[in-house]
Formats: sequence, structure tokens, C-alpha cells
Amino acid sequence: MLGSHISYSPSVNPKTENPDELIATGVLASLQNFIRKCIVAVLSYGPMPKHIAFIMDGNHRYAKFRSIQEGSGHRMGFSALIASLLYCYEMGMKYITVYAFSIDNFKRDPTEVKSLMELMEEKINELLENRNVINKVNCKINFWGKLDMLSEPVRVAAEKLMASTAENKGLVFSVCMPYNSTSEIVNAVNKVCAERRDILQREDVDSVANNGVHSDISVADLDHHMYSAGCPDPDIVIRTSGETRLSNFLLWQTMFSHLQNPDPLWPEFSFKHLVWAILQYQRVHPYIEQSRNLAKKQL
Amino acid sequence: MQQMSRPSVIIKLILGLLWFIVHLAISLFSLWFDLIYSIECYLISFGLIPKYRKFQLDRLKHLAVVVDSREAKNVAKINQLLCWLSNVGVKYVCLYDIDGVLKKTFAPAMNGSRYGNSGKYLDVGANTKALTCCHKEMTIECISGSDGKDGIAKAASLLCSTCVNGNRNTCGNGEIVFTEADMSGALKAIGCGGPEPDLLLVYGPARCHLGFPAWRLRYTEIMQPGEATYAVQFSSSIAPNQ
Repeated sequence: MLGSHISYSPSVNPKTENPDELIATGVLASLQNFIRKCIVAVLSYGPMPKHIAFIMDGNHRYAKFRSIQEGSGHRMGFSALIASLLYCYEMGMKYITVYAFSIDNFKRDPTEVKSLMELMEEKINELLENRNVINKVNCKINFWGKLDMLSEPVRVAAEKLMASTAENKGLVFSVCMPYNSTSEIVNAVNKVCAERRDILQREDVDSVANNGVHSDISVADLDHHMYSAGCPDPDIVIRTSGETRLSNFLLWQTMFSHLQNPDPLWPEFSFKHLVWAILQYQRVHPYIEQSRNLAKKQL
Repeated sequence: MQQMSRPSVIIKLILGLLWFIVHLAISLFSLWFDLIYSIECYLISFGLIPKYRKFQLDRLKHLAVVVDSREAKNVAKINQLLCWLSNVGVKYVCLYDIDGVLKKTFAPAMNGSRYGNSGKYLDVGANTKALTCCHKEMTIECISGSDGKDGIAKAASLLCSTCVNGNRNTCGNGEIVFTEADMSGALKAIGCGGPEPDLLLVYGPARCHLGFPAWRLRYTEIMQPGEATYAVQFSSSIAPNQ
């Protein structure tokens, strides 16, 4: 649990960008924290999700509706992300995954892509220098995706952040960028095939009689080579701004995930929306567990 | 020791009671909203709400329906659903359930035999048949969990076999780089290729896709009837990719 004098309210101050500035003290903050703890205590009586995935949709629209500069929507989205991360940690969640950038997003207007890349580089470097948030949740950060598609400075910063948090044992925060589920599956297939080829080449070298028969690739083989290997499947997938598509996000891992599409835009996503999401999840949890157990029995 | 644990037991009971009350309140509100939604659906289906009298289905080329396997055993309900869809004007529907109950139910009719209720089935493909029901023609495809992750694994095995079995020098010693197009081709080759639905309806208590084939789910709108006035939001909800 985080300290009792912590309050996160990025939506109150539009100028708040630094994760540090999200931590404020005061009587009001203490009261908010106490109420929040009570709500979490009640919620925790029921089944709590261990892994939530977010499709952070609506930053662009948020900026447009509020007639603010386009990049500011994404900046506020980042603040909402850090706040949600901390709330999820308070609620006992161990894994958070976010869809930060799709491979298809490269087709957008080049200036927008460039500003997004610059924002990502800026925020990654900020997290590298100022480790308050990371240390509070003992966060291990993963970047899932085709990192070689990123520009050099972003890729280097991402790899540095991954390396510096690799030993952390707390919250596992996975950022999908640039990512596509189908590309992840193909990547796993390529790895499995390469392994099989290497094994057979070694068998050739050993000159053992080999008639070329080997076992087919199984679902478990592919599971072990997904970016998400070692992480449990998401319990909830939330796509904000009311959109109902998964847009090629975690299609392999979301077999029994509760798909939710709340109306608020991502920068507006707050504690109350998270509470509502968990309440919805708790209502369908018995059905999902039953379906999952039945599916396991079939295997 | 027992006196010290009593407060925590009481706190736990209070929390449990609050949790139960919250969920009871949510259930009551849900029932109320479901009632309003059902009334709205009836009004729409009787044509009493002007703006919903005519809607365009031309953008809905392919529809998919995910059914819970336990509910899939109710053949009469599935047939009724198919008739409704056919009446509404849907031309292609893909039925999915994780255990393959729908495949087994409709399999005897896949080879062109007649079906009892005035429908006529033509053999269109392994999992697909054309149904002439209620005077409109509709193509039905039945898939199951084995076409999902298992299908991808089989396609992967097929791709792998081009590299590993037979001529081992095909892929050389360099990095193996199959593409998404290669996977699509392999999926088609093993019979797991099929059109990507524009809309996927989930019939069940929870909005989960239950393992619907990933390659066909990338940009599909996923809706659960009861959450929205889906019958008339088909046309407005179908947006271009992403």
C-alpha cells in the first residue's frame, strides 16, 4: 500500500505532467485517500483481477473537444496512465498492460507519429531519471512489440528502462509499442521454427538416424514464445471512448478476458471508472471461471 | 487471542455486507435498464420509432455470433436466431462456440442433405453451407475453438515444415522470417481461413470472445446484445478499419 498522504488527480490540473507533481499532501488528499482505501477494502471482498489491459483510446478526441493543442491530449493521457497504474497497484493488481502504439499507427500523419515518438522518448527518459513512481510500486517495465521499428533514441531509451527495472519484483507494467497481435503471433512462430531447425541441425551434426519426423507445433510452444510469456492472461481488457474493437490487441491472450468499452475518453479515465470496471468484472467472474475450467477439462 | 480476532471478523462481515449491497443495487439497476432496452427493442421491431424504420445493412458483409456452448445445445433457439438474421437481411453469418457443439449440430446437413424445417442446405464448403430459409438466402459457417489457437498452431506447423522437414536448406541458417501474409496463406491452406466479420455478437452473460480465431478478429466490432440497441446499430457501428 502506498503512503497515506498520496493523492493522484491529473484531471484537476491540466499543466500537471511530471509524475512527481501527482503526489500531493494535504487534508483533502488524506480524506480522499481514506475514502479510496475504504472503497478498495469493500471491492476486495470479491474476486479481484490480477491483470488489466488498457487500450488508451481517445487522447486525440480529448484534445479536439477541449480545443487544446493535439499533443496535450496525449500528455494528459500519460498522466491518466500513471494515475491508473498507481490505483491498480493499490487494488492489489500485479500486471498492467497498455496498448501505447499500434504498428498500424505508423500510417498516420507523419507529424503526429513524430510527436508521439518524441513524447514517448521524453516520458521514458523522465521515468529513467526520476524513479519515484517506479520505486513506489517496485515496477518491472516491459516493452512488447517490434522495437526495431522505433526510431533509435526511443528504442535505446526503452531498452535502457527495461534493463534497469528487470530485477524489480513488484508490479509488472507492459507497454505494447509498436505492437500488433498478429505480428506477435508470427514472431512466436518464427522463433519456434528457428528452434526446431536448430535442434534438427544439431541432430544432423550428431549423425543420429533421423527420419525427419518431429512433433507438430503446439499451442503451448507458441505460448512460451509470445511477448507475454510468463504473464497470466488479462482478466479485463478496457478500451476507453466507447469503441468496441480490439484493433489487433492481445487477440491470443484474451480468450477469457472480460472486454469492456466504457464511454469516457482515456484522459478522463479515473478511479471511479476503474471501480466500475472491477464491479462489472466481479458480476461475470463466476461465468468466466466456469468457462475457463470447462475449457481446461477439454484439453 | 479470540478477542483480538473478533474485530477483524466483524470488519470482514461489514465489508462483505457492503459488497453484497453494492452488487445487489447494481443488479437491480441492470434489470431496470434491461427492461427499458427490451421495450425499446419491441418498439423498434414493430416500427414504432421512426428513425429506426429503415436501416442499411449493405456495410455489414459478414456477421459472426459467439454462443456459449451450453446454450448452443438449444438447436431450436439457434435456428430461430438464424431465421431472424436472415429476415433482417444478413447474407453471411459465422457461428462460433468453443466446444464445437454448433459444428456437430449442423454437420449432418453440411453434405447437402435436406433439413426438416423447409430450409434447404447446399454444400458450399467444409464448414460452410448456404441456407435458404424464410425465402432469403444466407451463408452459414460453423467454427469452434479448434479453429482458433489450435488452427494457428497447425498453420505454424505447416509453415515450419517447409523449413525444417524435407529440404533443410530452404531457409538456410539465417533468421526465419515468415510474415503475416504467410500465416494467412497457411491458415487458408488448412481450412481456417475465412472472411473477417464486420460485427461479432456475443450471446452469453459476459462479453468475451471465447477464443474466436485471432486472424479474423482484428478489427471486428464486438457487441453483446443487451448492452446496446444492436439491432439498429449495425450500420452506424461499422467503421473503417481502426
